[in-house]
Amino acid sequence: MSALNDLTIAQLRDGLKARKFSAREVADAYLAAMAKQRGLNAFILETPDVALAQAAASDAKLARGEAGSLEGVPLGIKDLFCTKDVQTTAGSHILEGFKPPYESTVSQNLFDAGAAMLGKLNLDEFAMGSANITSYFGPVKNPWKRKDGKDHVPGGSSGGSAASVAAHIVAGATGTDTGGSIRQPASFTGIVGIKPTYGRCSRWGIVAFASSLDQAGPMTRDVRDAAIMLGAMAGHDPKDSTSVPLPVPNYEAAMTGDIRGLRFGIPKEYRVDGMPAEIEKLWQQGIDWMKAAGAEPVEISLPHTKYALPTYYIIAPAEASSNLARYDGVRYGLRVPGNTLDEMYENTRAAGFGAEVRRRILIGTYVLSAGYYDAYYLKAQKVRTLIFQDFQEAWKKCDVILTPTAPSAAFGIGDKADDPIAMYLNDVFTVPVNLAGLPGMSVPAGLSGEGLPLGLQLIGKPFDEPTLFRVGGVLETAANFKARPGA
Amino acid sequence: MIIEGKTGSWEIVVGLEVHAQVVSQSKLFSGASATYGGEPNAQVSLVDAAFPGMLPVINGYVVEQAIKTGLGIEATVNEVSVFDRKNYFYADLPQGYQISQYTRPIVSGGRLVIDLPGDTTKTIGVTRLHLEQDAGKSMHDQSPTKSYIDLNRSGVALMEIVSEPDIRSPEEAGAYLKKLRAILRYLGTCDGNMEEGSMRCDANVSVRKVGATEFGTRNEIKNVNSIRHVMQAIEYEANRQVEALEAGETIRQETRLWDVARGVTRSMRSKEHAHDYRYFPDPDLLPLILDPEAIARIKTSMPELPDAKKARFVDAYKLSPYDAGVLVAEQEQADFFETVAKGRKDPKLAANWVIVELFGALNKKGVDVTNSPVSAKNLAGLLDLIENETISGRIAKDVFQFMVETGKDAASIVAEKGLVQVTDTGAIDAAIAKVMAENAAKVDEYRAGKTTLFGWFVGQVMKGTGGKANPAKVNEILKAKLSG
Amino acid sequence: MSLDPATVARIATLARIKIAPDEQVRIAGELNTILDWVEQLKMLDTSAVEPMTSTVEMVMPQRTDQVTDGGYPNRILANATEPVRVSATEEMGGFFTVPKVVE
Ligand SMILES: [Mg+2]
Ligand SMILES: [Zn+2]
Repeated sequence: MSALNDLTIAQLRDGLKARKFSAREVADAYLAAMAKQRGLNAFILETPDVALAQAAASDAKLARGEAGSLEGVPLGIKDLFCTKDVQTTAGSHILEGFKPPYESTVSQNLFDAGAAMLGKLNLDEFAMGSANITSYFGPVKNPWKRKDGKDHVPGGSSGGSAASVAAHIVAGATGTDTGGSIRQPASFTGIVGIKPTYGRCSRWGIVAFASSLDQAGPMTRDVRDAAIMLGAMAGHDPKDSTSVPLPVPNYEAAMTGDIRGLRFGIPKEYRVDGMPAEIEKLWQQGIDWMKAAGAEPVEISLPHTKYALPTYYIIAPAEASSNLARYDGVRYGLRVPGNTLDEMYENTRAAGFGAEVRRRILIGTYVLSAGYYDAYYLKAQKVRTLIFQDFQEAWKKCDVILTPTAPSAAFGIGDKADDPIAMYLNDVFTVPVNLAGLPGMSVPAGLSGEGLPLGLQLIGKPFDEPTLFRVGGVLETAANFKARPGA
Repeated sequence: MIIEGKTGSWEIVVGLEVHAQVVSQSKLFSGASATYGGEPNAQVSLVDAAFPGMLPVINGYVVEQAIKTGLGIEATVNEVSVFDRKNYFYADLPQGYQISQYTRPIVSGGRLVIDLPGDTTKTIGVTRLHLEQDAGKSMHDQSPTKSYIDLNRSGVALMEIVSEPDIRSPEEAGAYLKKLRAILRYLGTCDGNMEEGSMRCDANVSVRKVGATEFGTRNEIKNVNSIRHVMQAIEYEANRQVEALEAGETIRQETRLWDVARGVTRSMRSKEHAHDYRYFPDPDLLPLILDPEAIARIKTSMPELPDAKKARFVDAYKLSPYDAGVLVAEQEQADFFETVAKGRKDPKLAANWVIVELFGALNKKGVDVTNSPVSAKNLAGLLDLIENETISGRIAKDVFQFMVETGKDAASIVAEKGLVQVTDTGAIDAAIAKVMAENAAKVDEYRAGKTTLFGWFVGQVMKGTGGKANPAKVNEILKAKLSG
Repeated sequence: MSLDPATVARIATLARIKIAPDEQVRIAGELNTILDWVEQLKMLDTSAVEPMTSTVEMVMPQRTDQVTDGGYPNRILANATEPVRVSATEEMGGFFTVPKVVE
């Protein structure tokens, strides 16, 4: 039998139920793996005591035959989810030492299903980034290395989540995705990540970045695990006014393996200038796999695609500039003294926020300010409507859309760091999905010439996650992606 | 009001912004208590203190209260309205923004008819009513180096009600606030208590030469906490502006504070630097969409409001507009009066008793009608005794005094004290005979033509009967006897 | 629309982030790079388009008016810098503090 930390969530679940091993043994295996991989800097805080206590509770429940859907499964929690009495930082100095007196709905849902928390995972500061290099607690390394051994970014903002899942130091992890922060790091680390439909998972207790775009989702080693985990995370929450009161389908049961007759859209505008040939090739490979499985490709047009990124880089900073106003040194987190109230605010926020967060707050403040609102913010909201309508048109022709997840494989730590726009372009294929509120999934599909993972993205209709799991399962089987980092 | 200046006559132009706290159990976007008072920071949820990841969920009853109020000021209730964030930093604003309504308020375009001296009225336009969060409270006097922050008020629901600049004098401003407060209280949507801050007023004041069509530059006087102070502040500020303009100065648009102790307005330096609130729709909330049928249902359940009630009182009870106006000023007063007056032959008598005797007594005791020691039923009982001639109007006043002191009903006091009116003509005859016998000289004077003595005889007879004789009967018999 | 250092200073004040004067030029440059890039949206005619604030297509839910929260000042104040307690018993509450504000 393989090591316990090499088992998938589904295998852990079945093995625990059959009492082949205990939750305690599983937790120990993961804690050992976590200790061995500290070099990745995937965790901001390890919580072995929490994990062991939860494992003990799970063993008691398993003994009584009362297992939840994730009973005894050790997870990592992105440090954007508030966890009761456990430090929650959002990767920022300004929240260092903050212990929320409450548990986010999503992490509570996971614990209610029997999951254990190994620790709080590193991320870009306030989830602003695509490389996990803006964290106050240092960058995360991708467990995958190029052939020459150079360190690479794991993608972001859920970089700690992606790296820890890929390195088998957690069985699965929570992520959040505002413009691609689950899917792009999933693609960069060879794992599965799904951003569900906006409104599917509660945002209550998740540190807000851009409220109209933020959505939590699972990051796992395979599609089935993502289905199991999302089933536990999702659901209506009356504490979130944007949470949709729909029942949660059985996502695992949706994985029938049968996509015959399904129409999948290929958006012509996603063939962007300068896209590497290997990405183009991977995409074509995906099309061929799906055709071989009996699905029918349809060319579609999403004409406003090229406007999605600039739209996003107005809307997200605008919302963030307001969402981050509460970090003022008064009620929690960092306070840097000042002689007056305003001086205290200015000192605290200058010292507490890193360069990228400050930059986005300033941009967001500017685009909302008097005289510029119409030209920037209102304009962006109108373009958002056009992007939304593009997808509505597309759904008349197809059931699901297939694209690459990112325009490249992972890049080296330090690359693109001084060019924000080059960095922003990482999200060119993922951002439109957030703007339209749709579900999107990244499935590992192959390796780049350098030996780094590449992912394909599936985009679904609102609340049609079941189709994403069904198609994702088929792609996964076809791709047969078995490579392991450092192997 | 016109201010006669050195250079000509000036007109005052005033618009009022009222912040009215919505009557509700819990806050606008959180389940924490909205009650006044409480230990510091004890009526605060994680949402009100703006902890990371906390989200607003709107209180449906508060929405209903705003609809009711909108209907009460004859305004349009908008089927779609939007909550915006008003962004600014302040110690008592934990989110760094106030959730308010900016471009699309829940209510727009209403009107209020104000009552002015001489039974005249004037209509004041109401631009809009919107819902928003209250801020917390900063206390600056507790420490030499720090301000203390209590967030108990943070997130309490407010209605901001903005008038058109239709007000032309301090008196009109006072009448506007009184009428608005009466309507809010009738509707039960705000308790109107200015001392506790559940109704606060900002006044926008400018002046212009009589006949001018352009508005002058206005100043905003913030948070004045009584109607009297609003009137004084407007009067002061208008005169100050006229003096400044006539001295060749220009008025700088600014926020000013009413200094109660000195009776002046002064510039608020803390509000001086330019604001840029960066309003945008709150992405944590969806548009507020109202069901027209729900609005219609609220409309049918609206209580009778002061103006309608006043008209009905004048019509049904034949009261003077003035008396009716006094009675309807508070719903409890009007209800009290109606309980007393209902089915009575002489409702005006009831109005007199309520306005003169009852309100006089309550005033002396410093209580309002809801705490009256004389219940409406008991006052009605007293009037019954007058109408069926059990007691005289004079005796009734004594009985009323006992009722005020003891809270007992009129009939038991009358029985206890033996105050039943004497209508038995035999007893009255005897009393008259006795007075005439003892004052033969006066009887002669009367008969010789000094008829002004009649009142004196009445008094003597009443005295002889301990005040219990029926005065009408005494008059009738005495007149006959004296005429010989 | 190009952003000058004075505008950077103004928005930094609005956002309450201290920026040293010698940083203003550099930051103006960074922000202009991004603003020039988003400028491309101007090419789109959106005169007939409604702005979109949310992708959620449902009526906003409303709470019933009940007191369901609050009453835990000790939790509210637990993470604060320099709070002032009213009394030793935590349930009594207390205050957050800030540098003294002069009005
Ligand atoms: Mg105002
Ligand atoms: Zn207001």
